Amino acid sequence: MNRHLISAADLSRDDALLVLDTADELARISDRPIKKLPTLRGRTVVNLFFEDSTRTRISFEAAAKRLSADVINFSAKGSSVAKGESLKDTALTLEAMGADAVVIRHNASGAPHRLAEWVHGSVINAGDGAHEHPTQALLDAFTIRRRFGRSSGSGTGNGGGTGSGSATGNGTGRGGRGAALDGLRVTIVGDILHSRVARSNVILLHTLGAEVLLIAPPTLLPVAVDTWPCSIDYDLDAALPKSDVVMMLRVQQERMNAAYFPSVREYSRRYGLDAARMAQLPERTIVMHPGPMNRGVEIAAGVADSPRSTVVEQVANGVSVRMAVLYLLLGGAEDDQ
Amino acid sequence: MTAAGTWLISGARPLGGDPTDIGIRDGLVAALGPGAAAEVGPGAQALDAAGLIALPGLVDLHTHLREPGREDAETVETGTMAAALGGFTAVHAMANTEPVADTAGVVEQIWRLGRQAGHCDVLPVGAVTAGLAGKQLAELGAMADSAARVRVFSDDGRCVSDAVLMRRALEYVKAFDGVIAQHAQEPRLTDGAQMNEGEVSGRLGLAGWPAVAEEAIIARDCLLAAHVGSALHVCHVSTAGSVDILRWAKSKGWRVTAEVTPHHLLLTDELVASYDPVYKVNPPLRTAADVAALRAALADGTIDCVATDHAPHPLEDKETEWAAAAFGMTGLETALRVVQEAMVETGLLDWAGVADRMSARPAAIGRVSGHGQPLTAGSPAGLTLYDPEPREAIDPAAHASRSRNTPFAGQMLPGRVVATFLRGCPTVLDGKLI
Repeated sequence: MNRHLISAADLSRDDALLVLDTADELARISDRPIKKLPTLRGRTVVNLFFEDSTRTRISFEAAAKRLSADVINFSAKGSSVAKGESLKDTALTLEAMGADAVVIRHNASGAPHRLAEWVHGSVINAGDGAHEHPTQALLDAFTIRRRFGRSSGSGTGNGGGTGSGSATGNGTGRGGRGAALDGLRVTIVGDILHSRVARSNVILLHTLGAEVLLIAPPTLLPVAVDTWPCSIDYDLDAALPKSDVVMMLRVQQERMNAAYFPSVREYSRRYGLDAARMAQLPERTIVMHPGPMNRGVEIAAGVADSPRSTVVEQVANGVSVRMAVLYLLLGGAEDDQ
Repeated sequence: MTAAGTWLISGARPLGGDPTDIGIRDGLVAALGPGAAAEVGPGAQALDAAGLIALPGLVDLHTHLREPGREDAETVETGTMAAALGGFTAVHAMANTEPVADTAGVVEQIWRLGRQAGHCDVLPVGAVTAGLAGKQLAELGAMADSAARVRVFSDDGRCVSDAVLMRRALEYVKAFDGVIAQHAQEPRLTDGAQMNEGEVSGRLGLAGWPAVAEEAIIARDCLLAAHVGSALHVCHVSTAGSVDILRWAKSKGWRVTAEVTPHHLLLTDELVASYDPVYKVNPPLRTAADVAALRAALADGTIDCVATDHAPHPLEDKETEWAAAAFGMTGLETALRVVQEAMVETGLLDWAGVADRMSARPAAIGRVSGHGQPLTAGSPAGLTLYDPEPREAIDPAAHASRSRNTPFAGQMLPGRVVATFLRGCPTVLDGKLI
């Protein structure tokens, strides 16, 4: 594994499976009465958040604390692009505090790349502008894998993956390996243009062998999206019966004002997942959303709360996946020997 | 004792041709050829230029000297030092200073600072609109009549996007043979734009600057220039589509000229994947296909000249996340070397072609007297002696510019400017400022 996790493209297929398998092992910890491991005792993890994101921050915080790391929350909102201390000064401050890992959320695409040039610790991208959000993609892949019975812990893995060749995680007593996502059809719906979740998922799900289909109004697709390792369409209704996974993205009200679509109601009619559309889905199909949801816009309340919905699982799985990332990047495996 | 201002440059190759001697006296080329030594006499200072190419002194139509206002980035003094070291004898100083060069007073101030510095001629560009605000014309006539004799007008950094204002500006400057140099960027299509819109911007999640935003303005302005019979110059052309439009406009015989920057001849948007803002520039780095089209257009004359768009910025304006960083790259000290790499080494231009695109044509477009003349007896003695042989890495720390934001740092590039002469006096000798 690379020292940093900035893009889903930093992960080879083996790397990604290693993270997911490790997350499977660590998830079992969460079922214990005492949810804590000593693995990262004495290590310092800084949550550096230039944007409000309570759910991602507490997910990383819980992950680091369950591994016994010291956690410093550095909320730098307001000192970002427009004013205040520069990113470099913030980086030097963290460096002086001896951060072993910096989890960064920033509204500027590429901010984690810059940070990685100025700090010695591992940089973990918790979402940068419209670029990437790799731990979201990992938790999504993890959630898909569990729902489709391909996890190491599920006992029903179909062996489609190559598994990982490394013997880490012995400190958690891990057993067998899970499979990849080969052949699963994942449809991602919504504002692809501005979505870091979509970018990371396209890369990671492709790495893991899934077939990704993007559905969006043409205005919300990047130019040259045809060069991405996925297919593109504008017709949600045609895509639904062919999907194993439907992932709905949040659509921002301000996109309407910039003429990306005429109105929220029209967007919802053409690209929202309502009860009628959910009825077109095959029995096995799951519905995902990275949150926070706009109920009644891209997803109807009845869909969000249906048994197909994995929204709550995604949140829980986020902690396990982030524990795995911290564990692997901070060399927890070696220290456990 | 040697005669001041009298030089015998021996063994130089004018425009890359056969070695010959060049005699300089009283600011003029006194003689060229075997008789030069006799013409300037034994008292002339000798300069052995064996193996060096002699070019007419380079003229830059597009330089940001930053003074007044941003002396932390550059001053007229440091900027013209960089220019001389790059082989330039004249630079056009863009108007986006603080205060804006939109009155006779400001352009005369910049012109005087250039005269005092003495490293090269400084030709102020006047703003087209007051305060670059795009609302009303600046006093173009007053700037034209001032001591600075402004002939090139530009809101560079911003586009004169209002079609009526652009038409009026084009018409108005006909009275004093002026030219409007347009920064072609449709503002609405580039709101918040960070880099070329294409495969790389989609991958990096950076807001795109589409080629059409440049091409639409160029097409409109060519039509306006034709309609009113005025001279349009297009700054920093960056796309293959722009080249097609310019080729079409020139085929009609319209008075349209264009420039390309050295960086757009060599670099592509793939470099942005590092998120290092040293590659952040406006217009943005484009694709390899655009680079190829720009090179071909410069070779066939569709693009008239190279202009540096030298845009110095202090470190703190570049040592940031991408979106927060300033647009711009330095260029004066690397321009000729980049042009050698992109155009000469590729066989697209010979040295006569380089002289045409970096001296004669920019001087003609800028209505600059005393520059861009052929190297013949009687011409003003502005010339650059250039060694095309060495190949060394670019070292920003060695630059005279006050800023270090060159995208070529560490890159191996050919060539070395050995000497620059301005009106018969050296501004650079042995690669060092006089």
